[in-house]
Amino acid sequence: MTRVKSLDDLKNLKKEAVNSFYQTNGEENKLRVVIGMATCGIAAGAKEVYDEIEEEVNKLNIKNVILVKSGCIGTCHSEPTVEIKNSNGESVLYGNISKKEAKEIVNIHLKTGKVLEDLVIKNPIEPSDMSSKGQVRIALRNCGVIEPEKIEEYISNDGYKALGMCVTKMTATDVINEIKESGLRGRGGGGFPTGIKWEATAKQDDPQKYIVCNADEGDPGAFMDRSILEGDPHSVLEAMVIAGYSVGANKGYIYIRAEYPLAVKRLKIAMKQAKDFGFLGEKIFNSDFSFDIEIRYGAGAFVCGEETSLINSIEGNRGEPRNKPPFPAESGLWNKPTVVNNVETFANISPIILNGAQWLKSIGTEKSSGTKVFALAGKVNNVGLVEIPMGTTLREIIFEIGGGIQDFKNIKSVQTGGPSGGCIPRRLLNTKIDYDNLISIGSMMGSGGMIVLDEDDCMVNIAKYYLEFTMDESCGKCTACRIGNKRIHEILSKVTSGRASMNDLESLRELSGIIKDTALCGLGQTSPNPVLSTLNHFWDEYVAHVEDKRCPSGVCKELIVYTIIEDKCVGCTACSRVCPAKCISGKVKKPHIIDQNKCIKCGACHTACKFDAIERQ
Amino acid sequence: MSDVKIKINGKQIVVSDEMTILEAAKLVNVKIPTLCHLNLHDLKAVNRGASCRVCMVEILGRRNLAPACATYVRDGMSISTATPRAVKARRTMVELLLSDHPKDCLNCEKNQKCDLQKIAADLGIRGEVKYRGAMSVYDKDDTSKAIYRNLDKCILCRRCETMCNEVQTCGILSAKDRGFDTVVSPAFGLPMTETMCTFCGQCVAVCPTAALTEINVIREVWEAINSEEKVVIAQTAPAVRVALGEEFGMEPGSIVTGRMVTSLRELGFDKVFDTDFAADLTIIEEASELVHRIQNGGRLPILTSCCPAWVKFFEHQFPDLLDIPSTCKSPHEMFGAITKSYYAKKMGIPAEDIVVVSIMPCLAKKNESSRPELSNDDYQNVDYVLTTRELALMIKESGIDFESLDKSEFDNPLGESTGAAVIFGTTGGVIEAALRTAYEWITDETLEDVNFEQLRGLDGIRSATVRVKDMDLRIGIAHELGNARKLLEMIQSGEEEFHAIEIMACPGGCVGGGGQPYHHGDSSIIKKRAEAIYKEDANKTKRKSHENKDVIKLYKEFLGDFYGDKAHELLHTKYTPRKLI
Repeated sequence: MTRVKSLDDLKNLKKEAVNSFYQTNGEENKLRVVIGMATCGIAAGAKEVYDEIEEEVNKLNIKNVILVKSGCIGTCHSEPTVEIKNSNGESVLYGNISKKEAKEIVNIHLKTGKVLEDLVIKNPIEPSDMSSKGQVRIALRNCGVIEPEKIEEYISNDGYKALGMCVTKMTATDVINEIKESGLRGRGGGGFPTGIKWEATAKQDDPQKYIVCNADEGDPGAFMDRSILEGDPHSVLEAMVIAGYSVGANKGYIYIRAEYPLAVKRLKIAMKQAKDFGFLGEKIFNSDFSFDIEIRYGAGAFVCGEETSLINSIEGNRGEPRNKPPFPAESGLWNKPTVVNNVETFANISPIILNGAQWLKSIGTEKSSGTKVFALAGKVNNVGLVEIPMGTTLREIIFEIGGGIQDFKNIKSVQTGGPSGGCIPRRLLNTKIDYDNLISIGSMMGSGGMIVLDEDDCMVNIAKYYLEFTMDESCGKCTACRIGNKRIHEILSKVTSGRASMNDLESLRELSGIIKDTALCGLGQTSPNPVLSTLNHFWDEYVAHVEDKRCPSGVCKELIVYTIIEDKCVGCTACSRVCPAKCISGKVKKPHIIDQNKCIKCGACHTACKFDAIERQ
Repeated sequence: MSDVKIKINGKQIVVSDEMTILEAAKLVNVKIPTLCHLNLHDLKAVNRGASCRVCMVEILGRRNLAPACATYVRDGMSISTATPRAVKARRTMVELLLSDHPKDCLNCEKNQKCDLQKIAADLGIRGEVKYRGAMSVYDKDDTSKAIYRNLDKCILCRRCETMCNEVQTCGILSAKDRGFDTVVSPAFGLPMTETMCTFCGQCVAVCPTAALTEINVIREVWEAINSEEKVVIAQTAPAVRVALGEEFGMEPGSIVTGRMVTSLRELGFDKVFDTDFAADLTIIEEASELVHRIQNGGRLPILTSCCPAWVKFFEHQFPDLLDIPSTCKSPHEMFGAITKSYYAKKMGIPAEDIVVVSIMPCLAKKNESSRPELSNDDYQNVDYVLTTRELALMIKESGIDFESLDKSEFDNPLGESTGAAVIFGTTGGVIEAALRTAYEWITDETLEDVNFEQLRGLDGIRSATVRVKDMDLRIGIAHELGNARKLLEMIQSGEEEFHAIEIMACPGGCVGGGGQPYHHGDSSIIKKRAEAIYKEDANKTKRKSHENKDVIKLYKEFLGDFYGDKAHELLHTKYTPRKLI
């Protein structure tokens, strides 16, 4: 293995890589068949699809094909995906591919060149010009494009060039200034300017400093970090080394959830390759700079995504936050100056070095430059990962990229920022997404969860769901979060079961405000956001639960009453047959009746009735 | 470190930037209520987790409130400590804590000694508690003889953890589980008896509520006193007499020896003796053992063994060093052994009718007294151990007006003691007492100045070289088990060599014991008790243990030789290696 000692070495490597892995190998018709094989793809059957394609290609002895096990392109709604690219850069993307269809793709497309139009889906990562409302891929640039387990593929896309430039041509201060000027803000939640964080760490006069990558992705429904680590692990390693160079650290830790085994496996492969090529270890790019990385596993505690808890956990202590200040930049891991950035933030670093600060600034809004990856979920048609320039409106994401609401229902709200975020009402859908706008409407960017809620969702119940999450995931250290959130959850339970008074709603608002003001860490300080935002934007729903003892969306079980409309009931007995509580009685061909005392409100009768004779109130 | 200019409630002051807002506020007489905070300054024990969120203050320009105890001052900071926002937050935190706390204050072990009760009163929380809901309920742990755990009352201040993990380095207590279910517990929820707990009781000493208290034996002691057949004998440790007064509103450091003796008689104890008598006895034995080891090439250093928490600590943590501690029983156990043999015989009382009650500043002694090897002729040397606090409760219960009591003397013959025995109550005292005797024995000269100032003070680890005849004796002293560990590791690594080492588990020695009146985080109280101990010593006419006539008489009449066979049988013990968990 040749160690890369200069930018020229790297350039040669890139040329080789492009020749061997890409289309221009002198063979005009060479096709690159990319199968999305992140955890999500594998779960949907991508492994079987890959095996089938491989077997068929071998059977038919097709020579001009390169099979690529890639990461995820974000189209969760269409997994497994198979993309076929030709040497001209033209691509066809097939989605929802079964084993049988995989065989057809080989037999028809690969063999004859004829596209199977019925299986084609819209490619979310087709090169789009930045002025359009499409996606712009910076953090996800290589996901679903390269084969993550081959460093040569990363190098072929200018991988490690940024590191080479930093170490051989730039001073540490140059690097920090570039990141600072780019306006990059932390993608993990708080949105703190990355360059300022690095600068603060660089300023500390200490021979031992650390770089920590926060890969403890914990927001329910967010999986962009996993996707990056599975689809492009080198981008994170490269950025960590750059960060180390710029702040004067020679040791890095990746704190990753143990529940991400594939990401861990690919990271380990990437680390070994980076070491072999000399991008990690001693004398990087033949300089005096050395940097090494170790992996540490998280046991699945949400609070360990909070940087000081994460630091405690790496040190082997209980995952509990520390008081800030001092910030990790002054006193972090083992009380040494420490940079903690999350995966997506790191994935942004190399492109900034390669393209310059101004390039990033040209994307996004004035105060939030660049892009943000969102995990689009809920009642939207195209669920998946999307990377959009800051400043895109919620409406554009949901209706243009997300394809609108399922079953032609009405959108009620969008929840962003996970348990730390809030629910944004329909009337604010034209809000341009950036850190400050989201906060000003009672939500936050968070790590990028985006859950679309429709008319069937009860907003009180949604708030209760998030509070249940934070209540369980609280580390229990501070009073505000440990007891405060428990009490909030209890009040919300009163509301959803029709036992609350208007005074309870006042308590809810007051206690939420105080928890925000007093809790020790980011988890606690943001935990009341789902409550406050729903109180502010969906007050009527709360009042309906309290005063009318009614859940307008028909979600809160304890407030639902199922009754049989006598005139419509034909006595078919379908309802009584499915009732698990055996509480529907009546003679055949005579109207039936529900015993309200026994009804468990499961709704089975409502679903079973073919005559709309069962009313839900 | 540099000076910064800050404003607290409009008052401008210049302070060091190593100060917290709480400390700076004190300088301008601004009181910020605290709950979880604990700072035993002189002893370097600090609990600064800022977990209770009670001391919240407003800082101009900062989005959230900040905890005064854990926020350091920065130049130009403008702090408001009592704005409606801060006061409301503070109050709400206490109301939340109360919403998850049993409301049995009237019959609570900590009634009127509880920091939570006090802060609720101070913040004017009256009537119905604003928030209500589920309450934490845990199994009570009464498995040990020393510490009672009732985690229903725990407010997660984590002071006990700081003492257990950082100060004592025992690591028994830590938070377990998450969210509302978080609880401070030994690993795997084990009962205390199955852990390496030394029962030093420092967790109890700092617990703001009744989550951790002593195992109370007042009822059992009353039963013994009230029983016709039993001869109930009280013995009091040196550190009790300089702290008991606090329980009756007296100044810390008040010496109440005479009143304590009177009160014990009024409670109905048949005889009131002084553990100091046995402390002098301990010195005779321990100094003999030291001289014996020096003269016979025995293993050095010799480690003191008066402190039962320390004994249990080294049994767990340094099982390879079990041959270096002195084999002397701790003084109250020696006392018990002598009472049920020598004294019983002398007075013609059957040993089974004697009940020995030790009044101790200590919780570990409660556990110690049940150790099977601390018995002779099938009788435990000591039957019950009461803490200083328990004694105060008994005095109050009996309606005794403590302050107006006449002073009286201990009973004889086990009541006489010297100044050397008194100083057992503070860190450095045992070794100083031993030196006073060993010096004269080795040199055959009279020691004129008995004050070994170089051995005194509150530094966690101290060492001194004392010239004795043609020999330089290297003396090491540590208090708090974390310091003891460091000292032992120095010996193990060969970094330091000593002839003799004194170790006490509690901060400041027995004056800061786990059974003493609660200091509520004020370490100056411990200091004042220590000063009182030295004052009591200075007031004594006899200040060397071997000058105790009754002790010498005991050897003549009963024990025979110093460090002899009979002494070994009654006054010495053995140690057992214990597992690490």
